[in-house]
Amino acid sequence: MSEPAVTEPAVVAFASRWARAVTGSSYVPMELPETEAYLTALAGQLLAAWRTEPFDAAAGFQVGAAMVDRHFTNPDTISKTLAMVSEALNPAQLIDPAAVTRIGALQGALAAGYATRLQERTLAEQDAIRIAATTARSEAEMAARASDARFRAVFAGAAIGIGLGDTNGNILDANPALIKMLGYSVPEMRVRNVGDFMHPDDALKVWALYEELIRGERESFQTAKQFLRSDGRGVWTHLTVSLIRDTDGAPEYQIAVVEDVTDLHRLQSQLQYQAHHDELTGLANRALFQRQLDQLITDPGKSGRIGVCLMDLDGFKAINDSVGHAIGDQVLVEIASRLDGALSHEGHLVARLGGDEFVILIENTTGAQDVISVAERALEAVERPITIASRAYSVTASAGLVERAATAADTADLIRAADITLYWAKADGKGRWALFDPERSDREVAQYTLARMLPAALANDEFRLHYQPLVNLADGLPSGVEALLRWEHPRFGHLLPGRFIGAAEETGIIVPLGRWVLETACQQGAKWALRFADPLRISVNIAIRQLADRQLIDGIKQMLDENGLAPQQLQLELTERAVIGTDSEPLAVLRQLAHLGVRIAIDDFGTGYSNMTYLRRLPVCELKLAGSFISEASPNGERRSVDAEIVGSLVSLAHTLGMTVTAEEVETEEQADALRELGCDTGQGNYFGASAPAEEVQRLMDKHLPHVADL
Amino acid sequence: MLHRLMRHQGAAAGRWTCRDGIALGVTCATSTSMTAQMIGDRPPEGGKLTRPSWAPDEIDLDRPSAARVYDYYLGGFHNFPADRQMAQEAIRMWPELPLMMGANRAFLRRAVRFAVAQGITQFLDIGSGIPTVGNSHEIARQADPSSRVAYVDIDPVAVVHSRAILAGDTMTTVLQADLRDTRSIVGDRSVRDLVDFDKPVAILLVAILHFIADADDPKAMIARLREAVVPGSLLVMSHASQDGQPELAKGHQELYARTPTPMTMRSLDQIRDLFTGFDLVDPGVVPIQQWRPETHSEVTDKSKRMVGFAGVGVKSGTA
Repeated sequence: MSEPAVTEPAVVAFASRWARAVTGSSYVPMELPETEAYLTALAGQLLAAWRTEPFDAAAGFQVGAAMVDRHFTNPDTISKTLAMVSEALNPAQLIDPAAVTRIGALQGALAAGYATRLQERTLAEQDAIRIAATTARSEAEMAARASDARFRAVFAGAAIGIGLGDTNGNILDANPALIKMLGYSVPEMRVRNVGDFMHPDDALKVWALYEELIRGERESFQTAKQFLRSDGRGVWTHLTVSLIRDTDGAPEYQIAVVEDVTDLHRLQSQLQYQAHHDELTGLANRALFQRQLDQLITDPGKSGRIGVCLMDLDGFKAINDSVGHAIGDQVLVEIASRLDGALSHEGHLVARLGGDEFVILIENTTGAQDVISVAERALEAVERPITIASRAYSVTASAGLVERAATAADTADLIRAADITLYWAKADGKGRWALFDPERSDREVAQYTLARMLPAALANDEFRLHYQPLVNLADGLPSGVEALLRWEHPRFGHLLPGRFIGAAEETGIIVPLGRWVLETACQQGAKWALRFADPLRISVNIAIRQLADRQLIDGIKQMLDENGLAPQQLQLELTERAVIGTDSEPLAVLRQLAHLGVRIAIDDFGTGYSNMTYLRRLPVCELKLAGSFISEASPNGERRSVDAEIVGSLVSLAHTLGMTVTAEEVETEEQADALRELGCDTGQGNYFGASAPAEEVQRLMDKHLPHVADL
Repeated sequence: MLHRLMRHQGAAAGRWTCRDGIALGVTCATSTSMTAQMIGDRPPEGGKLTRPSWAPDEIDLDRPSAARVYDYYLGGFHNFPADRQMAQEAIRMWPELPLMMGANRAFLRRAVRFAVAQGITQFLDIGSGIPTVGNSHEIARQADPSSRVAYVDIDPVAVVHSRAILAGDTMTTVLQADLRDTRSIVGDRSVRDLVDFDKPVAILLVAILHFIADADDPKAMIARLREAVVPGSLLVMSHASQDGQPELAKGHQELYARTPTPMTMRSLDQIRDLFTGFDLVDPGVVPIQQWRPETHSEVTDKSKRMVGFAGVGVKSGTA
């Protein structure tokens, strides 16, 4: 555009009016003064053309084009411009034909220039935007293809299974990994519904989660899930299902990402199996039994009762010892297999607790009879001879049975009860079952409790020795005392040995306890040896178990030495039952003791079934006749005379064998006289003095025996 | 199928474009302003699936584009029938729309000139749309030929067109990005190659922030942009408001109620709050056409009905 040729005030005024008229109808990126300056130049061109001779309307064309160049493109702008041109050039509205023609020509040229340039601009901008759109679209499509290819590659190449479904559960697509995992083709998948992949073992909550997801209440969930392949095999997976929403947030699709963890699951199952099964027999192990039992107690069957049959093979150690563990293991395997075969199909859990101990857990019992019938079949299965390497082995088992309401049961308590009962069965002669008896158990529990307290009692010095005089029947003077053990229990009070000796023997505490008794008795014997002119014999009870104590002989020697006692002053009392039938080893110990000079007495003689000839082989110095003979032996009445004869025979026989005889539980003078007449050497009993603490006994003996100090 | 799924979301976003385009015509000065919200690609939240950024939108010319609709308002021809149809419908409801667009464009022009006068020759024009007439780089270069402008828009067609126009122009760059993802803007290599962030930058957010919902925290967005620039940098902002135009409020609400992502009109105080961390230059935050008008006549009777405020702030601290 050329510089404005005309700047006269009229032109400026026209341009100013023109600018105001067109401002606002088109957006022009200029401020108003700039717009006015631009339009002033255009107005000058128009005016110059109007005035120039010969007249040429071409300037109008240029002005029209220049307006479009500066973006005066609104249709409103051109109509206003044409009106203003007419008004400016012909302010007087002359009807001069020449002027009108020129104005018309200028307006026409302006309109033509405007239209031409607008058309050019329109087409150019339309072209530009179309090219831009096409380019953008093709770029987007290329990107989409690349993206599609990338997605496809991810989908197709993923090692993990991916499936897509709609919210009705229709499966829309599945990737090759999923196809391979489940064994269905894509078309086969597409006719299936997510629900078709329900597995009976699915946790209930899986499908609850799925429903929540489909309803849009959760975005995703993860779970372990088993799928059934087309070939019927199971596939264990780790499944993640995610919800995809549409743009309004409504659930639209679901994506399942499925990882095959079958191998891992198998390994886990195997580990779990191993953790819960016995390696040797394949039976359930203690852990599984315990778990099942816990579970049953929490959630019992419809009867609400459960039973336990605890079994232990009788004398299995002998098999292991005699033919070796390899055979022993085969015996266990065979027994496990028989028990399993006989009972598992009935729904009972057969477990091996370890060693030769088995247990059968019986659900839904209605009474003891259910457990007894299981136990009988189990024992019978065990007792059939077992042939291994063409050799037959006979095994029996004992069983402890418990049957009770599950709600009343406590796992530990139930097992303890079965254990106690098993012990009863063993004690009652083995090869049998015993049914739990709560009363018997209570009694035993009390004893068991005492047994548990024994070690502490020994440490706490709760034991005392009482002494009972042994009196020479010939002259009526004390010849010795029997030391008797008492337990001053802090809670139960004064306990006699009958309450706790059995337990002490079973638990082995008898050995240190027995040593304490010997030690204490010897010390007391030493004191009395210093006090009384004639030596008093100290008679001490010892248990068979003590004979197995390797330190017994040395211990006794040491005690005698330390206390300055002659061995003959010490007498050891053993029960008839303990001595008779003893193995060679304790017998050797007895011989050594006898050799030492210590006297050996048989306590409670006559209650057992020993025969006198056997006694000859033992280094026994004395027989103590059981109290039952004595009460009957007083010579009144027929029966008594028979007993008296027996006692007389025993005494003469004992004397023949070089033994002395002591009569226990002598209550009356009559008895004492009778026994003296029958030849009995010594008497013991309330008639001569009850058992009492050392000081009391000493006071009694002080009356009869001369003191050392008196000599 | 997976990809079809993703694409589906993109296509759905296109439907939003259409409705937004009509409704938001009032102040849709930029295309970013609309498309930023329309796209389904929301910032990740609560583990919901989002479309990955490398999954592109579909380009559907039968759907209006905010950038092209804006071009139409300004008298341009960079548009298609769908754009024109939508724009005409909007103008029927709101006859002053072209005028309002012009006012925003005029504010942009004045603000850019102001920036250059302050010695700032680097511009980050976010939501630049289709460079119809009076673009930032033209205005800036009139004042200082060394000016550099980084254009940012989310509309792929607008970006391609801008690149075509600016091909070979080493003083400009065009980036396709979402305003809400400020890191992708200030961290873009082409932007950093052009703009020296060790020197002041003018950030142009002209008529865009009213399309950012409160949930997207526009203040934090601005704070992140502020962090990227040195003190002395400018924030140039215009924002739609219904303050002082209560009679228009009902109409606005009806207009926007039809859109799934309504425009967030903010009060003068709220708009001023968006300048936190910037010192406002005179005359502060004022009606758009009253921000440093170059002639008194620019404020016409018609433009009194303008609904929006504008302002320029300087990042505080020593440059």
